[in-house]
Amino acid sequence: MSEARLSWISGPVLRARPEGPFAVNEAVLIGEQRLLGEVIRLTEEEIVVQVYEDTTGLRPGTPVRGTGQALAVDLGPGLLGNIFDGLLRPLAGMESIHVQPGMWKRAPRSFPFAPDVQHGDEIDGGARLGEILPVEGMPQSCLVPPGLRGRVVDIKPDGSYREDEVLCVLEEGDQRHELRMSHAWPVRIPRPIRARLLADRPMLTGQRILDTLFPIARGGKAALPGGFGTGKTVLQESLAKWCDADVIVYVGCGERGNEMAGVLHEFPQLQDPRSGRALMERTVIIANTSNMPVAAREASIYTGVTVAEYFRDQGLHVALMADSTSRWAEALREVSGRLGELPGEAGYPAYLSSRLADFYERAARVETLAGAEGSLTIIGAVSPPSGDFSEPVTTHTKRYVRTFWGLDRGRAQARFYPAVHPLQSYTEDVDSMAHWWKSEGNPHWADHRRRFLEILEEQERLERMARIVGKDSLPPRQQCVLLCGDLINQAFLRQSSFSAIDRYASPARQMAMMNLIARFVDQALQLVEQGADLNALAELPVLRRLQRMGEEIAEQALDEFQVLARQLETELGQLERTETHAG
Amino acid sequence: MQAELTLAGAATRIDGPLLFLRRQLDVGLNESVEVIGSDGRPRLGRIAALDEDFMTVEVLESTQGLNLAGTRVRFHGEPLHFSLGPDILGRVFDGVGRVIDGGPPIAAHQRLRIEGLTVNPARRAMPRDFIETGISTIDIMNSLVRGQKLPVFSGGGLSHDRLAIQIAQQARLRDSAAGNFSIVFAGIGIPHDTAESFRLAMEQSGALARTALFLNLASDSSVQRLLTPRFALTAAEYLAFELGQHVLVILTDLTNYCEALREVSASHGEIPSRKGYPGYMYSDLATLYERAGCIQGRTGTLTQMATLTMPSDDISHPIPDLSGYITEGQVVLDRELHRRAVYPPIKVLPSLSRLMKDGTGKGYTHADHPDLANQLYAAYARATQVRVLASVVGSEGLTEVDRLYLRFGEGFEAEFIQQGNERRTLEQSMELGWRLLAGLPRTELHRLSDAQITQHIEPLREAANA
Repeated sequence: MSEARLSWISGPVLRARPEGPFAVNEAVLIGEQRLLGEVIRLTEEEIVVQVYEDTTGLRPGTPVRGTGQALAVDLGPGLLGNIFDGLLRPLAGMESIHVQPGMWKRAPRSFPFAPDVQHGDEIDGGARLGEILPVEGMPQSCLVPPGLRGRVVDIKPDGSYREDEVLCVLEEGDQRHELRMSHAWPVRIPRPIRARLLADRPMLTGQRILDTLFPIARGGKAALPGGFGTGKTVLQESLAKWCDADVIVYVGCGERGNEMAGVLHEFPQLQDPRSGRALMERTVIIANTSNMPVAAREASIYTGVTVAEYFRDQGLHVALMADSTSRWAEALREVSGRLGELPGEAGYPAYLSSRLADFYERAARVETLAGAEGSLTIIGAVSPPSGDFSEPVTTHTKRYVRTFWGLDRGRAQARFYPAVHPLQSYTEDVDSMAHWWKSEGNPHWADHRRRFLEILEEQERLERMARIVGKDSLPPRQQCVLLCGDLINQAFLRQSSFSAIDRYASPARQMAMMNLIARFVDQALQLVEQGADLNALAELPVLRRLQRMGEEIAEQALDEFQVLARQLETELGQLERTETHAG
Repeated sequence: MQAELTLAGAATRIDGPLLFLRRQLDVGLNESVEVIGSDGRPRLGRIAALDEDFMTVEVLESTQGLNLAGTRVRFHGEPLHFSLGPDILGRVFDGVGRVIDGGPPIAAHQRLRIEGLTVNPARRAMPRDFIETGISTIDIMNSLVRGQKLPVFSGGGLSHDRLAIQIAQQARLRDSAAGNFSIVFAGIGIPHDTAESFRLAMEQSGALARTALFLNLASDSSVQRLLTPRFALTAAEYLAFELGQHVLVILTDLTNYCEALREVSASHGEIPSRKGYPGYMYSDLATLYERAGCIQGRTGTLTQMATLTMPSDDISHPIPDLSGYITEGQVVLDRELHRRAVYPPIKVLPSLSRLMKDGTGKGYTHADHPDLANQLYAAYARATQVRVLASVVGSEGLTEVDRLYLRFGEGFEAEFIQQGNERRTLEQSMELGWRLLAGLPRTELHRLSDAQITQHIEPLREAANA
């Protein structure tokens, strides 16, 4: 491989004099410590390298060795249930309490393998070679790396093999390819697929405000912007815990170390509500905390999405949570600044928008090379400076996502979580989602959803008016709208991530709650129009029950919603009779 | 450690804090140096950039009086280190770790790099236990947890210094680890009289014995301010992770730190980001804040409370904004409360403790503590809205319930927030919270269960009626 000599260094960027050919985006190893870097610019006399680690102690003359390959990560069965840094180096099992510089790998482990192919089979890239059954955790597929093909001339029988052992040999003309459980893939290149498919059903998150008002499609992409303290991270974590994906890739990009500790502490103890297994078994965590080297933060997003695509190619539904894409954009800006590039908007490089597009476009529902259905859903948190959604990262992200969950500081300050603002958020997939809910036996989903949004809109307008004329001066119907809007907010949209009962809401439970509230809203408005007393309505005991039903009625006790429905009908009926009596 | 080497007469240019030298020695990036002028005074510096012929030294003190010919540079061959020992408690240091209380030097047991190494996130332990500060609005509504970083966002002229001293004096652990508690206090770019009042207050209350005090004065070189928090945090890490202490680090005022960062960045000719601050300010602040935490297998913990003054009280200014994205919450001080002589003037609505859920409730404080905090927040948020309404339509235009909210809001500020120098235990603060909520109708208490209302609120109501 080629070598170069360091000639200039400042911060995470170095220049070196090459003594052989280098390629753009080639991974390089620097000095005796073998610090990892990547070539980002190239001339005849000089290469410019961004270094993914602390550069303390480097000096002119230090050797820079090319690896001959683009920056790539090893994809294999050891990923699930583990935590890695931004370059997919394992963080668990390290002896030192500090992150050590240099490339390190975990000792290869063994996994049971059962082949699907036979001697003489002709197989293509992306095909399934066999099944890997870890002792703990879910079964995975062992894939032929995309791009390779040939006739099987050797395949190992059932048994336990080390990750780095050759399992199968393919012959293609006079070439022989050795296949192992793991294979390397360059992070900046999307893995190939056979076809992109239309999104046809929601990815259920277990969060009422998302599933009911602003659903995200399986294979869709969503942005989650919010100023600090609006609950981005807590919501991302809730999604990682409760969404109905098969595999979760959680990228902590430039965020807090204590949060990662929290995730690592909590996930192994929680159960996936669908499979009953520990949540950690379906999760891959990529942690590049804010005090880890900046350039690796830039790479961590690509690492995450490459890992996610690897599981998608196994025919699985994968969700990627990136927290936060703003930190990634800032890393781009920092490196760009060190290179002396012309800054664009707010100092970000002019290619920010195209890089964001590249990232979000890797989300899709697809037909894999092997012909199976898989999907990759991307949810990117955005941390806009001073919570201002008009800054470059938010505005550019908005152009590429179909679902937008805007977090609101006012709601967060009243400890109203999730603080998704119903009037600032949107989704472009309502129609196809309505179709799915209908097929699940909930034909009223779209109507109720529209009704809720109308009430919330009107509530906001009336509250502005009430600020001028006083609430008491509003006509009874409008006061009733305020009451209903408040009920929708308190009883339905608010959902505590920390409550053992309410942190997850199944579609059935969501529907039951939605129907009850829709029923109350319709009846209340009708009764008030017929002249019912608003105060009597506001004092109905059932109202407090509705407000607390999320906390009080658990998934296992859905029957209680029928009891509550009967209570609702009885009390509304009494109110109606009183009115007609009085009238 | 390599042998120390000295280079004389190699300087070619001095530009602000930057000193350019011919590269006549093989040295590495970020290694520390001492720059000695013809006056014989040593100034700390570090190697900021290197190429084949030249090196750039960033001088961390004033370069005033340096000349090219007479400047000698001594190379340490390693990054800046701090020599530490258990007797740093009770001592006073300047901004770069030199003893200034007239006492003997520190007997060094260990030398640690002041930059600190990145803690492996997989080896962190989750912050869990509650620290009682004696202040209701913090203890009940924004609880401080061991291993957390919770800054105070203040403004010029507000009582953040008094609050910092009060917390340093009052803070205590509620369990058996109580005796194992120490404080590292770093004044960054503070005026001489403030520094003196800190020292006196700590001395008089006897808290100095468990405190290491670092003072970087406003008159000291601004570049040195970049080192003060790093020396203080290195001392804190030593106490916490080597000696097993529970350490509370109080840094004040981080705004001065960020100003120094901007100054140095400008002198390097870097492309500025928002308001002239460098684009890497987020990453730089993170290297300070992220040094809080707990580590698996180590008994000690490192908790941070940094004070920063928001320029013109603007919470969206880059300094508080970037801090808020890194820290685990914030305590916000308010000018209006301050004007109304409410002390501590803590504005609870924008305040937040992200780790509160991990250090409160059953097994930590009281089973009903989180719900009480939640209900107080919801009620006070509503009271604030009603107050805006009342200022337009007058209280006559309000509904009966809204008038109760208005009264709740007044009581909350006058009794719960306002507490002067009183030290309240968690139980006293909780009692006060229940009493205030008892003034609201049952239908409004959405965030409390029926059982909680029966147990805590009803007896108070009955007592009030009787």
